[in-house]
Amino acid sequence: MATVPMDEEKVARCRELAAAVADDVQSYIDTHTSVGVERTTLRAYGAFGVDDQGIPLVNAAVDRYHAAGLLPRGIAHFLGRAVLSGADTIQDAAERLAYGHDLDRGEGGPTPAEARAALAPHTQAALDRIDRGRDDREAFKRSVGPGPTPLKYVIVATGNIYDDALQAKAAAFAGADVVAVIRATAQSLLDYVPYGPTTEGYGGTFATQENFRIIRTATREAAEEQKRYIHQTNYSSGLCMSEIAWMAAVEGLDMLLNDAMYGILFRDINMCRNFVDQYISRRIIARAGIVINTGEDNYLTTADAVEKAHTVLASQFINEAFALRAGVKEEQMGLGHAYEIDPWREDSFLTELAQAQLVRQIFSRHPIKWMPPTKHKTGDIFQSHVHDAMFNLVGVTTNQSIELLGMFSEAIHNPMLMDRYLSLKATRYVYTACKHLGDEIEFKADGIVARRARQVLDEALAQLEEVADAGIWDSIGKGAFADVKRTRTGGKGFSGVAERAPDYLNPLLDALEGR
Amino acid sequence: MKPTQPPSKILRAYGDRHGDGMVQLSFVLELPPSPRAREAAKRFAEAHGLREPLVAAMEECAEGYSFFVVYGHSEHSVDAATIDVPEVRVEPLGREEIEHRIKARLGRKLVVVGACTGSDAHTVGIDAILNYKGIAGDKGLESYKGFDAHNLGAQVQNAELAERARALRADAILVSQIITQRNCHKENARALVELIESQGWRGEVILLLGGPRIDHELALELGFDAGFGPGTKPAEVASYLIDRLAPGAVVKHA
Repeated sequence: MATVPMDEEKVARCRELAAAVADDVQSYIDTHTSVGVERTTLRAYGAFGVDDQGIPLVNAAVDRYHAAGLLPRGIAHFLGRAVLSGADTIQDAAERLAYGHDLDRGEGGPTPAEARAALAPHTQAALDRIDRGRDDREAFKRSVGPGPTPLKYVIVATGNIYDDALQAKAAAFAGADVVAVIRATAQSLLDYVPYGPTTEGYGGTFATQENFRIIRTATREAAEEQKRYIHQTNYSSGLCMSEIAWMAAVEGLDMLLNDAMYGILFRDINMCRNFVDQYISRRIIARAGIVINTGEDNYLTTADAVEKAHTVLASQFINEAFALRAGVKEEQMGLGHAYEIDPWREDSFLTELAQAQLVRQIFSRHPIKWMPPTKHKTGDIFQSHVHDAMFNLVGVTTNQSIELLGMFSEAIHNPMLMDRYLSLKATRYVYTACKHLGDEIEFKADGIVARRARQVLDEALAQLEEVADAGIWDSIGKGAFADVKRTRTGGKGFSGVAERAPDYLNPLLDALEGR
Repeated sequence: MKPTQPPSKILRAYGDRHGDGMVQLSFVLELPPSPRAREAAKRFAEAHGLREPLVAAMEECAEGYSFFVVYGHSEHSVDAATIDVPEVRVEPLGREEIEHRIKARLGRKLVVVGACTGSDAHTVGIDAILNYKGIAGDKGLESYKGFDAHNLGAQVQNAELAERARALRADAILVSQIITQRNCHKENARALVELIESQGWRGEVILLLGGPRIDHELALELGFDAGFGPGTKPAEVASYLIDRLAPGAVVKHA
């Protein structure tokens, strides 16, 4: 395969610096929890349902204990005590926490160790449920077999889960390997997960456990019909990123958009909250064998794709470091990048090729996620279709693992059935026609591509030196990524963070951490 | 007919020969490919006013659905002379002139507050106009000495935007709406105008609306002062604001 020069020592140094950045944050994560983490814990133990106002049981319980200042001890502590005080089931125990007459202040009575012991069978059941989701999914995937890489990834986004299911099957028919149901844009800032099937959403469809099931059923049917495995994707991001990770794990999803910093940069979620939540989401993802898709491609929609290309690479190293600390394997890390350079710029194609190849080489075991042009798309659908073909050419030449297909109607509307069909057809053409192009060519030793790859790695290294020196908190404060600046206590969801008490109890997290 | 009225200009679509009315149309029908499906596509095109439709492509794009590309002669025409479209008509000013006018005529900074409102999380448009780096080489309002630009970012609720604008004594509020599914952008934009009106300070602020599906006419209809569609540069927005707040002839500088 054609390769670009890659200085191994510089790559190793980048990883060292990213590790230092992540370690600094990890010491914060390990001493804090959040309402999101605690709700996830309750869900994983088996608490479910909503009240007549649509408020999930897990929110009612966690909010009550958070308001009373008791979250530092961990909701599991109180759940265990409710079990010991006679609750028949986890659901019964969670309902007592949420709606019981008296709030358990944790004074006297069972100790954390006794609460842990009372929860032990339930902790095992929670782990078994995640493992079962993984085993079922993997067994089915083996039985039908996935398509070749780059996997062709398309989105459906009608707002109505039943239309989404129909469009997902249509996409599979037309050749898609991965179907993502785009989430309603409002959901990332909701501090609860909506319940049940949903038929109204703007810019996408709500992520709910029932909606996951509906699409899973459709993609399984499609896989059997097409004799090709259809991967299902959703979004573990926003204020409920960890709860959604758990829902995806037990419903057998294959991939999740999940990023250590995306929420901070693009949804103005508080840094502390986001770092704490991304960690538990990734602990669950690691256990469930889900592939994450990180969001570095987004940097290039707000910052210049040539000048700031190195920020994508620097961030990929950081995302990798955070993921490793949550037990996620390299084979699960779909690090993201994108074809976002101004197409009218001279040699824009070679510049894209250089970065795509560099990323492929640096992250050789990772299922790299290659994102299509969006920023420079216009209403000229015909030009847009050609633009996407060039993107596909880079994707197949550099053997990206997961390619989100460009849509010629990108600048106009959410993709329609025919848009997706034409995109899949054009992609199939480019992939087939150029299948071994990457094996046949070599890049000139000091040509445009080689020089560009060297430059991007050098700049990423320089940026990582700066970020490691200043720490991620201050670096984001200075706009190091995506030209977006955030502060440590600003943004949404900060009030939902709590410092763990010395006797903080979360046996499920302990198990996920291998303790 | 009034003498000032322009002569009528009847236009038909132009493909190969003048006035041939050639158009292309693509669509999906819930039928698998078949002679019957081809005929259905043809009739569908005819119902749209296409004469002699040619079904150029018929492919099964999903199980039981066909994708069609049809060419035909459109019978329709338009009289361009009868059309009057409200446009934002402002002489584009240079950076120097903008800075000069604010300094000389206003004597203070022009305060602008912008946001992507409602559930919309797409800040591309508002960032292009407000942020320093701007778009396509035209730097954003933040880059002007004369502007005090505040970009509140994504998913800002109308009430919050109004409150911040009021507190900052904003001269203008810029609202960006990208997501347009089932017209949610219209309702949300209109609600902001109604909110400000109900608070009694609509007369003190200029309201601008922008986005890919926005034009000046729609913005006026929704109660805004002006609307800016795709491709708008920061300098155009700046020029409009200067025209409203610091009007006057362009002064030539040596």
